[in-house]
Parts: sequence; structure tokens; C-alpha cells
Amino acid sequence: MGSLKLAAALLLLGSPVLASTALAQSAPTYGLGRVPSAEEVRARDINISETGEELPPGRGTPKEGEKVFTLQGCIVCHGPEGVGGVGPKLKSSTSQDLPIWRRERILPLRSPFATTVWDYINRGMPLGREGTLKPDEVYALTAYLLFVNKVIPEDTVLDEKSLPKVKMPIGEGYARLPDWKPNTPRLTGYPY
Amino acid sequence: MDSKRTSRRQLLSGGAALAGVALGVPVHAQTHDHHASGPASGSGNAYPMLPSDKAMVAYGERSHFVTSVRIPHGSNGSPDEFGKTFHVASPIQDQVGNITPSSLHYIATTRQAFLPDIDPKQHTLMIHGLVDRPLTFTMDDLKRFPSVSRLHFVECAGNRHNARHKTVQESHGMTSCSEWTGVLLSTLLKEAGLKGSATWFVAEGAEEVKGASSMPIAKAMDDCLIAYGQNGEPLRPQQGFPLRIVVPGFEGIFNTKWLRRIKVVDRYLMNYSDYGHLREDDEGAALGYQIGPKSVITFPSGTQQLPGKGTYEISGLAWSGGGAIKTVEVSTDGGKKWNRAELKMTPQRMAHVRFAYQWNWDGNETELLSRATDEIGQQQPMLAQIAEFFKKPVGYVPGLNNSIMPWKIAKDGKVTNGLA
Repeated sequence: MGSLKLAAALLLLGSPVLASTALAQSAPTYGLGRVPSAEEVRARDINISETGEELPPGRGTPKEGEKVFTLQGCIVCHGPEGVGGVGPKLKSSTSQDLPIWRRERILPLRSPFATTVWDYINRGMPLGREGTLKPDEVYALTAYLLFVNKVIPEDTVLDEKSLPKVKMPIGEGYARLPDWKPNTPRLTGYPY
Repeated sequence: MDSKRTSRRQLLSGGAALAGVALGVPVHAQTHDHHASGPASGSGNAYPMLPSDKAMVAYGERSHFVTSVRIPHGSNGSPDEFGKTFHVASPIQDQVGNITPSSLHYIATTRQAFLPDIDPKQHTLMIHGLVDRPLTFTMDDLKRFPSVSRLHFVECAGNRHNARHKTVQESHGMTSCSEWTGVLLSTLLKEAGLKGSATWFVAEGAEEVKGASSMPIAKAMDDCLIAYGQNGEPLRPQQGFPLRIVVPGFEGIFNTKWLRRIKVVDRYLMNYSDYGHLREDDEGAALGYQIGPKSVITFPSGTQQLPGKGTYEISGLAWSGGGAIKTVEVSTDGGKKWNRAELKMTPQRMAHVRFAYQWNWDGNETELLSRATDEIGQQQPMLAQIAEFFKKPVGYVPGLNNSIMPWKIAKDGKVTNGLA
């Protein structure tokens, strides 16, 4: 009976490659849903993790980013150099000598990973035309914003290899999330 | 069409003789009726009648005498000058029972977003990453899985009461409770075959900013719900139509709306929304994740007016991200004595429960408080208790603010914010 069910599952899956994976691992219970092609997954998966392994090829410099910042209209909401617009401020005006947590909550300054800056510009900007920037433009804008916040020097070239290696000012100086377990108080020893 | 409707209304609420003739009822019989039911208009009904138009028959509306509405929360306008929605608070001072009407559910969006208008026939959910088989589900596919319906609250991390708030809508309106219907995420992950290396997952929305959050896989397998239904009908667009994830007891932002993708990963994947929740200290990080035990009195509450001394039912809502509410206590003397409140339904896990306490006001100035305790033993604190625990000045509240809310009752029956 079990093998019949498995055989049915393999038939449903169709592809012999996937079927052999399923054999080694688990069988679906309901047989609902469709296995997307690798291309479909790539098209929808826009997550960029801290290793940057998902980054598309491309490159950009702060100088190029400054041009894109104007050409793509970022300047309209964020202001020249990312200051003084109706949109969020993007350039720090506090001293680099201050601890990072005493400075502004600006993504290209406070983020622990430069890859998160790239990810957010790529998925969430510009307003009303999200997802339309080309990889080179996203690299250039990321470089520009990291430069105006004095995270990288002006001659830096950011690409899929160098972006994940950028040292952000926060370093390791942020709290990790607790190891969450069901039916467990929020913080050990905290009665509230 | 208009003139036709008007003439029909005139007929219905108009002269008795005309109505009587039309219905074939003798005029004197109607007159007798009028004497029995007191002074009335000619039709025999003491009230004007509502138009029974097609819209009212098709999808009802509340009475025009009921005017309770949501309001923009905080300083951001919603909608703003671009038409985007950010934070909108629910009028919890006017609500009864345990469920928030779908039309009045609080709203929050990542960054400030336009609300997407999604055709459910085109919408799919993709599950991929560390699974044996990536799978794409249509809405019809999802409805063929075993469904569950559960009450759960969703509360925004911005639901932080302070001394400036005048009403309970301003101080506590960013929480709501619905009956959500959908498929357990664990069912879908088992269908895709979760790999042993999976530790986190990302839930991502289809709105223009593609809001996404990382959560532990243990939560996914425990009680996360992929919901298509809210209070007996499809989700409202403002609540993620056609699909959202409900993450019981976690901060609102984790409950991704317009859900289009779940990626299973082996590391904490820092999305923009996760970056927004970064904290310097461990306490802040831990307490800003799972919501603590919390309650608030909604009657009497800020700007309301007690007409005079006598009996009142003090009423409010209690909830916790740690499980079901076990007890709620009410103090009518500023916290000297605590009285066990009545819970108005069997408390559900991570759901609002209505509590009440019968109170005889003697007309003197006093302060009303409520305190919730949940099934895992966490108790809602006073602001001073939080400060004492962390050895910080009073007012320090790491994570989501679950401290006790005081309402002051003045001699003239005026109710004001006790923090002010």
C-alpha cells in the first residue's frame, strides 16, 4: 500500500530527477500543488542573504550611483545626497566617533550586512516602479549610499563578490534573536 | 430608478389609508393598532423604514446610527498624499465581544505601501528552499487541503501606550482579533518535504515593497496558519487578500499579507523588515518578538463620561503571545486591591478574550486598572515593575509595551489617561 502511494506520487512528479530525490526523502501526502521549474523559482526568489550567493552578476561605483540617484528620481523623495526630502533620510549627519546605536537608523549605515541594502533597493525602490532597477544600478546605488555614509571609500567597486565582504560599522554589535520555543516565556527569568 | 425608489418609500411610510388599501386591510383595523402601539406615523410602524435596495440585500451595511470608525495612528497620514496606507487604529472603545469586525481591523503595512488589488485566480504561493520538492499552490489547491479555523489576535509593535494618548483607540487600537481560516503551514511544509537542515523561513508578500520577514522553523511547525478566510469570508484586501500568514502571538509585522512566497533556509536571513527590528541588547530583541501578556479596559476609557455614581460593567480585552489568557484582574482603587474579572468566553491561544468586572462607583475620584496572566505564568507588569527588574528609570520598556494601562475617573465622571 505504501509503495503504491509512493509510485502514485512519483507519477505525479513526472520528472525522473525529482522523483529520485523524492524516493530518497519524503513522499507528499495530498499530491496537491505543482513543482515549479528552476527558472520559475529563480524569477520569484529575490532574497539576498548575507553570503551574497544569490546576487546576480553586475557592478557599480559610488560615482555611478550618484548619477543613478538623480536619473531614477531617488533625489525627488530623498533629497540631494539623501537629505532634506519628504522620504527617509539616507545620509548620516552624526559623528563617526559616536557608537553606532547612538547614530541614526539609516539602512546603509545601521544594517549589519551590505547585502540587505542591495536587497531592499532591489525589491522596494523606487516608489511606484519597484523591481525595475537593473542589477548594475542597484550595485551603483548601494555603493553610493555606503559611500555618503562613509562606510566605503569613493573608489570602491561593488560587485557580487565584493558586496558581501563590505564591513559595516555595526560589526557584531547587535542582539541575536532568542532560540524560540513554543509555550515558553519570552525572556528567561522575566516574569512579565 | 431614484424616483421609483422614492415613491415606494413614500408608499411604505406614508398615509395609512393608502397603505391599508394597498394591502387590502380595513382602515379601522389599522387605526386600532395605532392606539395599541402608542403615537405613530400612519403606517403602523413607529420608525422610518430603511430603503431595501439591491446593495443592502446583496451585502449588508451597519446602521447609519453606528458611526465608529478607524483613524490614522501616530503622525503619519493614512492614506497619505501618495495614497499609501501605513498605520490605522481600530476603535476598540466601541467594540463588544471578542472578535474585531473585519471592516474595523487595524491596518499596518511595511514601509507604507499601496494596497495591491490581486486577482485570486492569478495568485499563487511558492514554497521553496530547503524542501525535497518546491511547490506552487493556486488558491484552489490551498482550499483542497484540510482547513482549520482559529481565533487569533494580531498586534502591531507600534501599539505602545503613552501619556499623550487621549482615547483607548489611540493607545491600544493597533490590535485586532479575527477567526482566521486556512491551512496549517506545517501541512504545506510536510507536503513539500522539509529538509533536516531547515532552521528559518522567510515569508514574503506580493505588494510593491515585497515585505518579508524571517521566522524560526519551529514556529512554522507549531501553529502558523496560511489564511484565506477572515470572520467567515475571504480576507479583506487590507488584511492581505487573497492570502496571508498568521503567526500566532508574534509581532504584527511577521504576519505577512498578500503572501506569495515561503523560502526555507538554514540561517537567519535579514530582510528589511527584520533589520527594522534589530536591537542593541538581548532583552529588547527577546521581548520584541513574542508578545507578552497584555490587557486594557475599553470601558470606561479615555474621553468617556460616566453619568453618575452607581453600577457599571467595567469591560476590556486581554491577550498574550505566550498562549491563552488564564486570569484577568481588575483594580478599582489604583492597584491596592485586585479583583478577579469574569472572562466572557473560553480563552483561546493567542486570541483576545473579553473580560468584565461589575463595579459600584461611589462617585469619588479613583483609578481603574486591569492585569492579565497567561497560561504559561507570565503576568502583565506595572511600568514600575519593568523598571525595577531592569534597574532602569520608570518608563523603560524593552520590546513591545505590555504594561498596565491606568484610567483616571474624576469626581464629575470624566475618564482620562492615568499616565498623563
